[in-house]
Amino acid sequence: MYEKLPVPFGLVRYGVAPDHPEVKNVINSFSKIAKQKNFRFVGNTSLGEDVTFRNLQNAYHAVVLAYGCSEDTILGIKGEDLKNVLSARKFVGWYNGLPSEKTFMPNLDCSTAIILGQGNVAVDVARILLSPIDELKKTDITSYALEALSSSKIKTVYLVGRRGPFHVAFTIKEFREMTKLRNVKTVLNSGQMQGLDQLLQGVPRQRKRLTELLIKVSQAEQVGDKEFVPLFLRKPTEIQGSTSIEGVKFVINKIDNNLEGKVSSTEDTDYIPCGIVLRSVGYRGTVPDKDIPFDSKKGRVLSNSGVYSSGWINTGPVGVILSTMNNAFHQAALLVEDMNSNKLDTLQSKPGFELISNILSQKGIQAVSFEGWEKMDKVEIERGKQLGKSREKIVDIREMLAIAGE
Amino acid sequence: MVPSFGLVRYYVGRRVNRLYERTSWAFHRFVGGSATLHHGEYEWLEPESPSQVVNVVFVDKDGTRRPVRGKVGDNVLYLAHRHGVCMEGACEASLACTTCHCYVDSEHAAKLPPASEKEEDLLDLAPFLRENSRLGCQIILTEELDGIELTLPKATRNFYVDGHTPKPH
Repeated sequence: MYEKLPVPFGLVRYGVAPDHPEVKNVINSFSKIAKQKNFRFVGNTSLGEDVTFRNLQNAYHAVVLAYGCSEDTILGIKGEDLKNVLSARKFVGWYNGLPSEKTFMPNLDCSTAIILGQGNVAVDVARILLSPIDELKKTDITSYALEALSSSKIKTVYLVGRRGPFHVAFTIKEFREMTKLRNVKTVLNSGQMQGLDQLLQGVPRQRKRLTELLIKVSQAEQVGDKEFVPLFLRKPTEIQGSTSIEGVKFVINKIDNNLEGKVSSTEDTDYIPCGIVLRSVGYRGTVPDKDIPFDSKKGRVLSNSGVYSSGWINTGPVGVILSTMNNAFHQAALLVEDMNSNKLDTLQSKPGFELISNILSQKGIQAVSFEGWEKMDKVEIERGKQLGKSREKIVDIREMLAIAGE
Repeated sequence: MVPSFGLVRYYVGRRVNRLYERTSWAFHRFVGGSATLHHGEYEWLEPESPSQVVNVVFVDKDGTRRPVRGKVGDNVLYLAHRHGVCMEGACEASLACTTCHCYVDSEHAAKLPPASEKEEDLLDLAPFLRENSRLGCQIILTEELDGIELTLPKATRNFYVDGHTPKPH
């Protein structure tokens, strides 16, 4: 398993929110797999830079690409390049200690944040912005993020989508968590919910229960100093401001067909003042090496015998852990099938890691083994202990390499 | 064979079991109870008496029936791991994922405590959800569950080739 960063676990480490430690339990299973004799972790090795796709094909009978979707969809509206208009994905990378985002510094010295998008990443960001700081300080959130969040002045977080409440992309578990956040009220103008109850018959259980919860919350009495405000049917048209953000202009959409989720713009507009905008309207897969068979329209790897892909780079950026896991099983089964039916010529031997190892040492690249990671793991846990946290992540790649090489 | 966390657990667990066989006398004599056990270790202990035995049938993804002998207090997820049944448990029974989704036969489904709000919320995300869907990690065996039949959804192999499209998250 080749990994760009010196550390393993990808999105489990850098995507899953610090206040969801139970989701990270899967690291225990991954670590057991990593200790099998026929598994090798090679960290600090970037595909397309340190090794090429062709190098990998020369070294191995099959290559499985599983590098996910790392690029944001942008809105393409005026003001999107203003300071403090930020990618929610980068914000997540920042509080989770992703080395490339350690200098990303959101300005939280304002009272209102607008998150554009209504998926689970958007909800994660809203929750981190609104959570009482003492709920976060024992987690593995980075110390610099904790410090920035503890002096944050944000009181109101809008979660804005262009469609209606019947088509939100977040899931019920994540939304219910918001409604239970201490000292935060979830404000759902019940006017936005009109007619929703009549749509519930015959819709899938998942949508039905989520919609019922939205209706229930919109009618409930709420208390709290801070506000979480999901807003629907608003398409951002311009982010206004000069040196800093002043607010976001929206055009108001209307629902054409609620079951199909079709909306269209009206003449009406809305304006919400704010000091920070976080964009979370979708993700895209990219191609780090021109020799990878890639559908650049859909942002997916094109699999054929000898080349496989798994996870979001195979399916597109949809699905939770279970769907990604099932996809991985399916792709692994395809590989085995190709091997058994001799589509892969496994009779002819290939050099494997030996070839790649030579390339890496010629280029002076320090590959990190799983044992190298375990050294970092120990240091991180120890540093966390001293701060009363489960872990303090190392965010500097040079420091990671120094510890791994000890 | 499809790689599986469950199988890894199985192999690791097998080693743990051998350890127990060697040390179980001392364990029960001086430690007792299950308070000091880690996740999934209790399920490796043999029932102390016949009255504790709870028979369970797992129906695998390929339809194979796998009768196993469980005991009162066993967590179905870890019991499955002990016997090499491919029920996953990515979050280790902490109610954060849906990878141990299974169907419970109707007679025994009625005998289970109702699912918590959190379990229901997670089940919403499980593909091929049915009336009798539950998360395996939330089922703890009791005497009256003797004979329970747990079927794994056939989702794995055909997940993306059978027309099912997961909703954006």
